[in-house]
Amino acid sequence: MKNIVPPSFSRRSFIRTSALASGGILIGFNLFQACKPEAAPPVDISQLNFNDFNAFIKIADNGMVTIFSPNPEIGQGVKTSMPMIIAEELDVAWDNVLVAQGALDTNNFTRQVAGGSQSIRFGWEPLRQTGATARQMLINAAAAKWGVDASECKTKNGVIINANGDTLGYGEVVKEAAALEVPENVTLKDPKDFKIIGKDASNVDIDKIITGTSLFGLDYKEEGMMYAVVLRPPAFGKKLEDFDATETKAITGVHDVIKFGDKVAVIAKDTWTAMKGKKALKAKWVSDSKLENTEDHDKILTDLLNGTAFKTMRADGDVKKAFAAADKVIERTYESPFLPHNCMEPMNFFADVTADKVRLVGPIQTPERTASRVAELLERDVKQVSVEMTRMGGGFGRRLYGDFALEAAEISKLAQKPVKVVYSREDDMSAGIYRPAIKYKISASVKDGEITGYHLKEASVNSNMYGLIPNFFPAGAIENYQVDVANYDSKITTGAWRAPYTNFLSFAEQSFFDEIAEILEVDRIKLRLDLLQKVKGTTDERIQYSPERLENVIKVAVEKSGWGNAKEGVYQGFSAYYCHNTHVAEVADVVLENDIPVVKKVTCIVDCGIVVNPLGAKNQIEGGVIDGVGHAMYGDFSFKDGMPENKNFDTYRLIRINETPIVETHFIENDLSPTGLGEPTLPPAGAAVANAIKAAKGIRLYKQPFIKHMKSKAPLG
Amino acid sequence: MPVYNLKINGKSHDVEADQDTPLLWVLRDHLDMVGTKFGCGIGQCGACTVHVDGSATRSCLLQVSMIKDMEITTIEGVSDDISHPVQQAWKEIDVPQCGYCQAGQIMSATAFLKQNSNPSKSEIRDAMSGNICRCASYNRIEKAVELAASKMS
Repeated sequence: MKNIVPPSFSRRSFIRTSALASGGILIGFNLFQACKPEAAPPVDISQLNFNDFNAFIKIADNGMVTIFSPNPEIGQGVKTSMPMIIAEELDVAWDNVLVAQGALDTNNFTRQVAGGSQSIRFGWEPLRQTGATARQMLINAAAAKWGVDASECKTKNGVIINANGDTLGYGEVVKEAAALEVPENVTLKDPKDFKIIGKDASNVDIDKIITGTSLFGLDYKEEGMMYAVVLRPPAFGKKLEDFDATETKAITGVHDVIKFGDKVAVIAKDTWTAMKGKKALKAKWVSDSKLENTEDHDKILTDLLNGTAFKTMRADGDVKKAFAAADKVIERTYESPFLPHNCMEPMNFFADVTADKVRLVGPIQTPERTASRVAELLERDVKQVSVEMTRMGGGFGRRLYGDFALEAAEISKLAQKPVKVVYSREDDMSAGIYRPAIKYKISASVKDGEITGYHLKEASVNSNMYGLIPNFFPAGAIENYQVDVANYDSKITTGAWRAPYTNFLSFAEQSFFDEIAEILEVDRIKLRLDLLQKVKGTTDERIQYSPERLENVIKVAVEKSGWGNAKEGVYQGFSAYYCHNTHVAEVADVVLENDIPVVKKVTCIVDCGIVVNPLGAKNQIEGGVIDGVGHAMYGDFSFKDGMPENKNFDTYRLIRINETPIVETHFIENDLSPTGLGEPTLPPAGAAVANAIKAAKGIRLYKQPFIKHMKSKAPLG
Repeated sequence: MPVYNLKINGKSHDVEADQDTPLLWVLRDHLDMVGTKFGCGIGQCGACTVHVDGSATRSCLLQVSMIKDMEITTIEGVSDDISHPVQQAWKEIDVPQCGYCQAGQIMSATAFLKQNSNPSKSEIRDAMSGNICRCASYNRIEKAVELAASKMS
């Protein structure tokens, strides 16, 4: 993956306007690339399509602003925060702004992907420029009407004011503005003048959510639609040999039973009937490859760590030399299991495949990629495929993969009916694209009390670490530094899981530094800060984090958490990490209740640049921290004979409200461009808790989930 | 196929369904009331919580044949105008992230506060522990239940 820098385009190239037949101006904009020469927004609001534009702003002749945004909402709040940025520069009152989910009917959209906590980071400049451009056009129209120079006019809350104090509402000049050229140069607000950005705004869908209004993919239905429940191979490595659907077909309400590949779809008039139909299927499976077990993975990953089949991702200096010259070498191994995503809304998708069209509706983080994959699967022109995104009941990476949409398309084609594929929780947990099982071996060489070498070895199922991560802390801070990876190709499907790749790496590294500080008998905070001093002023452009910003969150965390001054019976653990362009430090407060460690509080310091919507941002932070604590404590997922051993919440434990710490959030205030928040507070949480448990119980944890390994007294590393 | 008469949110509905059909799927697929959510199907996550004669109940485990003469309340019937103190509190605290589990959370909270109008923090945590929020909006759920209790007293 490359470090993608948002491109800058001239305003004219990515903004177009039209006068709406019903009154008002419609501004279409294309955030991440120039518009096609012929692209123009429609004059009829019912004809909105997102082929040429990412989103539209409508300013009605009563001054009301509607932002049509198709950016997928998975719970990370961008449906609220992205329009806030436009409204800020447009200079309208947030109360006069409506946000409408733009129904997608397209196959040509860019960056309509929710993943990697990047929506706000990439959208920041273009969204501001769009708002500011629209504002300037309205000013220009008013100035022309008054016969004054536009530079003499200013705006306030949707009203243009000239030097004489005359005023015109935005709505009064929309018609004229629509006929004007898009200005090339506009001035953006000084962040200190922000009135909407930085103020709390509620989730724009809140009323629908708390009244149970249809919003999610699973809620979607249309006339004539059937429900499909799919029997998939019960284990990775098994294939369908034969099946008997006699009993299924005898159930009233079952319409059809269709085999596709190694799967069998039961199509019925409602979900429950389809589920019953699936249960009644009798299938014979055969193994087409070795069936994998968690114990096998354990051994395979250990062998990989101890072997030589590594690919080097980054190497500075000479770790071998440093280790040979060391006074002391510290080596520890860390382990984590596979993890399923477990979005609360199980996977589902609607498809209607007809002779000339393929209509897809549902919760998906990657509509563009899914449309092209469906086109390829059905051997259709991608122009025939449309994807409409619904609100998503969680994503966490799972909805980056469109496997469920492909299933829906294939079933609809075979059944010649509109169908919605619905996964049960068991289907969702067994047909996963899991966070891979991983082991890390970290070694450090110490000479004269200094860390002179650092060697991280990763062994993971399928693949894990990618390009940029070896350039995160402590890269640049230790002279001799090497990151090596080795992978085992498994039949089990794996992929991105919230804060991919760093969700466990951060635990390993931040636990390791904590232990090194203990062994070297130096202050744990000082150890980290001293390392960061060495990165300051670096000329290494590969280094991703800012040592100054990381240092700052660490210092603020010390202050805000009362580090070193905890009340009697409260044990603290420290962790700091950079990922997803955001710098975070966390302190976990643990107490012992009946000798069992209980995480009471996590103090979380976040430097994500300008905070667009503090109310939404804090929600992301609290969720990320608790998710990190929860999975580190309880997340346990294993395979036996290629089959998941955990298939529902009776055997797979997710953190619950009575187990959650209170998260206290503090932002670093600065004027830097905002970065994402959906992920970066999760990775540091595990180490903060493990380091606090070490302080409380004297047990150093090397394996997740902690609940399973906490009781062991034996050294595990 | 048998026909069942159900009383949901004060209205009577006749539903033709197999006797083993869970109320959850009757609501969602037969009556187009999709506010009640499917999460696990085994009563572990609480997303499908409704009130049966005022008590919080998992609708995924309740067969349609067992609810004759019972009063069912779903998220759609909590209030006509978002005026219920629990909904108000949810809004003020801005609880949801993805929002999927929140109908179930609200149904658990409303039933709980009817029984205990002045709960302690630990009582709130215990009462709400049957509802999973995968986004972990738990801190806000806790605050919103506290706020709703204060609005109701």
